[in-house]
Amino acid sequence: MEVLKEGKGELLGWHDPDEARDWVLKNKSRELKDKTMSAKEAVSRFVRDGDFIASGGFGHIRVSMAIVYEIIRQKKRNLAMAGKTAVHDLDILVGAGCVNRAEVAYSFGHELRGLSPASRRMVESGQCKVVAETSNAGYQWRFLAAMMGIPFIPSRNLLGTDTGSYSSCKVVKDPFSGKPINLIPAAYPDVAFIHVHRCDIYGNAQIDAILVEDFELSRCARRLIITTEEISDNEVIRREPWKTAIPFLVVDAVVEVPYGSHPCEMPGMYYYDEDHIAEWLSLSKTQEGVDTYLSKFVFGVDSFDDYLELCGGIRKLNYLKRREFLREPMVAPWRK
Amino acid sequence: MPREDRYNSREFLAFIGASVLEDKKTVFVGTGFPIIASMLAQKTHAPKLVVVFEAGGLGPLLPELPVSVGESRTFHKAIAASSMHDAMSLSQAGYIDFGFLGAAQMDMFGNINTTVIGEHDLPKSRLPGSGGANDVASFAQRLIIIIAKQSKRTFVSKLDFLTTPGFLDGPNAREKAGLPKGTGPYRVITQLGIYGFDERTKRLKLISLHPGVGVDEVMENSQFEIMLPDKIETSPEPTDEELRILRQEIDPVGIVLGK
Repeated sequence: MEVLKEGKGELLGWHDPDEARDWVLKNKSRELKDKTMSAKEAVSRFVRDGDFIASGGFGHIRVSMAIVYEIIRQKKRNLAMAGKTAVHDLDILVGAGCVNRAEVAYSFGHELRGLSPASRRMVESGQCKVVAETSNAGYQWRFLAAMMGIPFIPSRNLLGTDTGSYSSCKVVKDPFSGKPINLIPAAYPDVAFIHVHRCDIYGNAQIDAILVEDFELSRCARRLIITTEEISDNEVIRREPWKTAIPFLVVDAVVEVPYGSHPCEMPGMYYYDEDHIAEWLSLSKTQEGVDTYLSKFVFGVDSFDDYLELCGGIRKLNYLKRREFLREPMVAPWRK
Repeated sequence: MPREDRYNSREFLAFIGASVLEDKKTVFVGTGFPIIASMLAQKTHAPKLVVVFEAGGLGPLLPELPVSVGESRTFHKAIAASSMHDAMSLSQAGYIDFGFLGAAQMDMFGNINTTVIGEHDLPKSRLPGSGGANDVASFAQRLIIIIAKQSKRTFVSKLDFLTTPGFLDGPNAREKAGLPKGTGPYRVITQLGIYGFDERTKRLKLISLHPGVGVDEVMENSQFEIMLPDKIETSPEPTDEELRILRQEIDPVGIVLGK
């Protein structure tokens, strides 16, 4: 195939498909075994300095915040992160000094809430590098190629733009149509963490919402940590297997964390904690503020339950439930 | 700026955005104005408009303004709650009539920058990046762009970074680059007017001025020359009922529309 153009972005997390298969054969057990552990154990076992990490969900939705906080607590460093619409998670991890490289589809903003002071400051001062650009479909399809066990997937986006020039894609002449076509390289994150509604002790996980990219991401990440609102019996999973988005085969750790997406949303359970997000957006305008936030909400607590208590406890959580079901009015405390 | 006491310029923009959309079509929306405009269109002239969200919400009955294009409101009473792969594949395969985006910077061919101001590697200002914008603009049959504040800073001769494709550098450039045939920018909406693109040159061309706006104001607020039609129309104005829907039903807090 004739290569017409090559993006100059860094090729993060690509592996030869045979090497990827070898890794799976050596590291992914086919045995149904108990994988439950604490967030602390999961992070210390599966997240290493320098890893390429990816967080599930989308923006402020269904995010594994328990793992995000634990990565900060364990002071992991030099991480590269998939900015696959990674927003609150990436902002805090960059602000905390854990992530210093990102491949960006959408980051550094909180959608309607405005831009991210902490991570933008780090990028604009050169402390965090954007090593490649892409788009949301561009990232999504990096995971798709990897989960399919193929080196790349052809697509018709990114063409003709600087986003394409700064990506890790190549444009070739399609041998079938003769037209230019974009080739999106596979991405295998070293570790991914995904928050789900329910999961059994083996890692069979069900999501009662849009899957976003988690069907693909769960299957291509080399190590996968599942955090779950609740541990369910295997029998419960088997009763409605069509709800299982992630099979145990690809899972390395199962961590039970009720309200584990807070302050982000868990669809059908609880809405965003806008007060908490507003506090982060306000404090993170300065590095001192970031440190204040982290020492209070991350280093200052022993467990996720203690953290929730600090954020308003049962009263706040009940409010977030009512808000999710539209029984409380909209609020926008971050609005200037 | 509309010289009207009945509404502010953001409410007017949302109304104009809605007026461009058509019933029984699909629209793939970005955050903010595009969602509000689609909600208003559904509540007025386009009840069968199907709204598509990139994270997998297909055809929801939106109960309130979503803050994010991936939250539960985006698949509330939807026809499907699927995945990004599904939403993006449907788009690439040709199922999306309208793409609808906001932008920070645009050039005369409708190319958009939402990535950086300044140099890429050490930017003066880092913006969020493409998100789904490059995808929507590549795949949707007709792209609508809203720029809330047209000025010499937002209508620029040269983008700092070409995040999202318009007509690239002119006629046939999209096809030459490999983008789907017949796609491209369709309308641009600002606080001053509604624009389309000249068929031959693919350059931005005025369609209508908002009430009270003069041609000179449009020209002064652009680094590049805007083409003019033989006859310049006047943009329509919202009814009291449309304003009531915007203020009471869609954005009561004034997150996007202001207070």
